Amino acid sequence: MIYLYSFLFCGFICLLGQIILDNTKLTAGHITSIFVVVGAALDSFSFYDKIILHVGGGALVPITSFGHSLIHGALAKAEEMGFIGLLTGMFDLTATGITAAILFSFLLLLVFKPKN
Amino acid sequence: MEKQNYKKIVDRHKPTEDRLMNAIVAFFIGGLIGAIGQLLIEFYSSWLQIPTQEASSFMIVTLIFVSCLFTALGFFDKWVTFAKCGLIIPITGFAHSMMSSGMEYKHEGPIFGVGANLFKLAGSVILYGIVAAWFFGMIRYFFLGGV
Repeated sequence: MIYLYSFLFCGFICLLGQIILDNTKLTAGHITSIFVVVGAALDSFSFYDKIILHVGGGALVPITSFGHSLIHGALAKAEEMGFIGLLTGMFDLTATGITAAILFSFLLLLVFKPKN
Repeated sequence: MEKQNYKKIVDRHKPTEDRLMNAIVAFFIGGLIGAIGQLLIEFYSSWLQIPTQEASSFMIVTLIFVSCLFTALGFFDKWVTFAKCGLIIPITGFAHSMMSSGMEYKHEGPIFGVGANLFKLAGSVILYGIVAAWFFGMIRYFFLGGV
């Protein structure tokens, strides 16, 4: 059942993005940036956490979860360290994804040559 | 007159059909990526005997690696032009944007080519993500009663 929820939720987010992309002048860069902000906004009321509980992986895959992870790590650290934790913990949860993306793209760039 | 009217009607209907098709494709491809994400989480947590939180990190790393590799091999670009937001909105789009801008500027050297342009598109996601997360975090911390 959780697979169906994952499918529907992630599909719905992509559908929203595609509708915005086709019907406005915004580019893909605008849309991903907007979705990250929306993800962060949803988590400021712990709303996205509830979605993740019900939907599982489907809620972690879209770019909205990037914004959610940023604010989630920041708030978790702020609980420990106070106000400055908002800055310290910002990358706590997203570090895996960003580091992996940098590392893989660098290593693959060393090996592969562009086609044209 | 008849012909012009006919053409007008055709023109009015043509793009909406494309949009509908785009939306359906984006929905199904995006949903598929979401289901694959859930599948990978369950696969890793049962295979490596780790909690769901760690398994989801493994899932993110796997998706990023696969999309970087496919972009490097050259056929992920075609998939993105077909599925559009179905592959751009998931984390695959983030990795794809980094990898493809790296590929594009590789000939300009390691510093001003790859180094300066790797975050060309992904940079805006990180910038606005951090600004928004800080802003909403401040609101939550000061006005909504702490964490």
